Amino acid sequence: MPLVKGGKIMGDSFVKLAVDTPQPEGGDILVPAERFLGDAEGLLEGAGKVGVIWPNNRDIVELVPYLDRIAAVALVFPTFRDGRAYSQARLLRERYNYRGELRATGQVLRDQFVFMLRAGFDAFEVKKQADAEAFMQTAKRYSVFYQPTGDGRITALHRRMQLRHSEGVGT
Amino acid sequence: MYAYDEIDRTLVNERVSEFRDQVKRRLSGELTEDEFKILRLQNGVYLQLHAYMFRVAIPYGTLATNQLRALAHVARKYDRGYGHFTTRQNIQFNWIKLAELPDALEDLAKVGIHAMQTSGNNMRNVTSDQWAGVAPGEIEDPRIWSELIRQHTTLHPEFSFLPRKFKIAITASDHDRAAIKVHDIGLRLIKNEKGETGFEVLVGGGLGRTPFIAKTIRHFVHGGDILSYIEAILRVYNQYGRRDNIYKARIKILVHELGIEKFSREVEEEWQHIRNSSLQIDDEVIEDIRSRFTYPAYEKLPYMPDELRQAAADPDFEAWRKNSVAPHKVQGYSIVTISLKPTGGPPGDATAEQMDALADLADRYSFGEIRVGHEQNLALPHVAKRDLPALWKALDKLGLATPNVNLITDIIACPGLDYCSLANARSIPIAQELTRRFANHELANLIGRLHINISGCINACGHHHVGHIGILGVEKNGEEVYQITIGGRADENAALGTLIGPGVKFDEVADVVEDIVEAYLALRERPEELFMDTVKRLGVEPFKERVYATR
Repeated sequence: MPLVKGGKIMGDSFVKLAVDTPQPEGGDILVPAERFLGDAEGLLEGAGKVGVIWPNNRDIVELVPYLDRIAAVALVFPTFRDGRAYSQARLLRERYNYRGELRATGQVLRDQFVFMLRAGFDAFEVKKQADAEAFMQTAKRYSVFYQPTGDGRITALHRRMQLRHSEGVGT
Repeated sequence: MYAYDEIDRTLVNERVSEFRDQVKRRLSGELTEDEFKILRLQNGVYLQLHAYMFRVAIPYGTLATNQLRALAHVARKYDRGYGHFTTRQNIQFNWIKLAELPDALEDLAKVGIHAMQTSGNNMRNVTSDQWAGVAPGEIEDPRIWSELIRQHTTLHPEFSFLPRKFKIAITASDHDRAAIKVHDIGLRLIKNEKGETGFEVLVGGGLGRTPFIAKTIRHFVHGGDILSYIEAILRVYNQYGRRDNIYKARIKILVHELGIEKFSREVEEEWQHIRNSSLQIDDEVIEDIRSRFTYPAYEKLPYMPDELRQAAADPDFEAWRKNSVAPHKVQGYSIVTISLKPTGGPPGDATAEQMDALADLADRYSFGEIRVGHEQNLALPHVAKRDLPALWKALDKLGLATPNVNLITDIIACPGLDYCSLANARSIPIAQELTRRFANHELANLIGRLHINISGCINACGHHHVGHIGILGVEKNGEEVYQITIGGRADENAALGTLIGPGVKFDEVADVVEDIVEAYLALRERPEELFMDTVKRLGVEPFKERVYATR
């Protein structure tokens, strides 16, 4: 499954651990929420970076105390129809000011990219190679956005106000 | 009228190109049907019994004449020459080809019409009072706020994959023509004691297999806070709404399971986090939206023009005027409702020729504006009273002057088994038969206001629960069986109807309705006591007795 980061397909430095896989010596690891919460301090003491795979039905608040020490949060789309992780992503970025990698995992398809970018995701485990290759092109599909979100893209309402004021200057 | 600016046009065009690409990938096999399904639904495309059905949004029910002509064009070029107006200010085309859909969308985009989120588990078309901006006594034009919310809910990055569909309706009049109490969120525009605009917010209404009347979650939300408050409701719903069972996924179930107190506490907590954010709307933003709504330059006209006085001698004109013409907030003008319920016709259908002709009439007599109501009728919102006789003649020629608005033959019906893949029973033929039974205008007038609603399955697209007489078609042992309820209503006193007894067969439905009507005529205390009031006073029992005595 190709990983897209910074708009490019790249190798994944993280190794995903299951609940019971032994922790490797060094290297970056992505661990399930349950395992992470069970031994957060132990895991964070390791040499590599630590990321957490957070299920979409668990309150993100539980992760908040660790946000400044973890390198990645992987949110899950069990199917592309299940949109809970969009709310979790926005909460992480906009309420808890999480600045690390925010990764979309699960059934991640081309037609969700724009929504995901707007919700604050910056890394994508894309299901299909063709979709991963089309990432940059797809991300540029829209130039107009109606809602303010943490991604900072200017909203239509705001742009109109700017236009109004700039017109006002000349007259 | 709301005029799109370059920003709105750009977005709609970008959406059309995106959908064109999605259709291309589906046709090439790159997308599976399962993957494509949700993408097409997000753009109003259903797969029905015989063909794809295409649902186009008419936000808050306002159409300009060039838009109505574009809908006629789509009906003619891509469909079979007609369209079907729905109960949520949409129009549906029933015979569209997938490969041609992007072109149809592009043609509509040119006049500022789209089909975004007219289906799928997202925020649907924002609906409002079809008399918005012209109804006497209205607090203010609710379409300004409808448009604000339309923009905010369009392609929302967080709420495009909700547990289930989500519908918002807004009214600003005491008499609720937008059925806000049967919506996921209902907004009643009000003023607070300081004279500031805000909303009473209702939540958790809906029909379907588990009907609920919406409950008030907050008595006053300031207009400037309305986007953050809606966002808070949606965030709670997106995270906690059920996704394990499609029949329990609507917000009404969450509200019911948590209870309105607990639900409102959750919303309140979320709202406090986001209330003072960029979601706050200041007056300047509202003014900007308001400035892109244009209002007619009304003339100063007499209350009773000579033309109207003279035409009063014609009983057919008078019958139509008394039935279909309503008072306007400006003296000398009227609101004209155009019945799409001709005797023997499917409710809500209009041909391309009718749409084109109506656009011409609207240009001539209604400042180029047409409205669409949830009762599946149209309206011309600004007709000078002196023009009423001429307009009536023109409408009559088009078959659009049936004087049955709000009467027993003004039936709301879903497409039913004639089109819909979900239906268990036919709806349209029942409606057609009833319009023939009660075709006599004097009889219908004698009966007075009476709404019949017909749904062809438990999903309740015909809103049968809130019909004064509700008819629900179900399937029993391979046969169509119809359950009859009475006493429902969708207005400010919204209530769910009560079942009168065992279901009846297709052939018996019209007879049963006749029995109910006869019972009402015999039971009412005086001619002014409407069917609804008689049912309220006496309950279901006497009607039940009458219907089942001989069956």
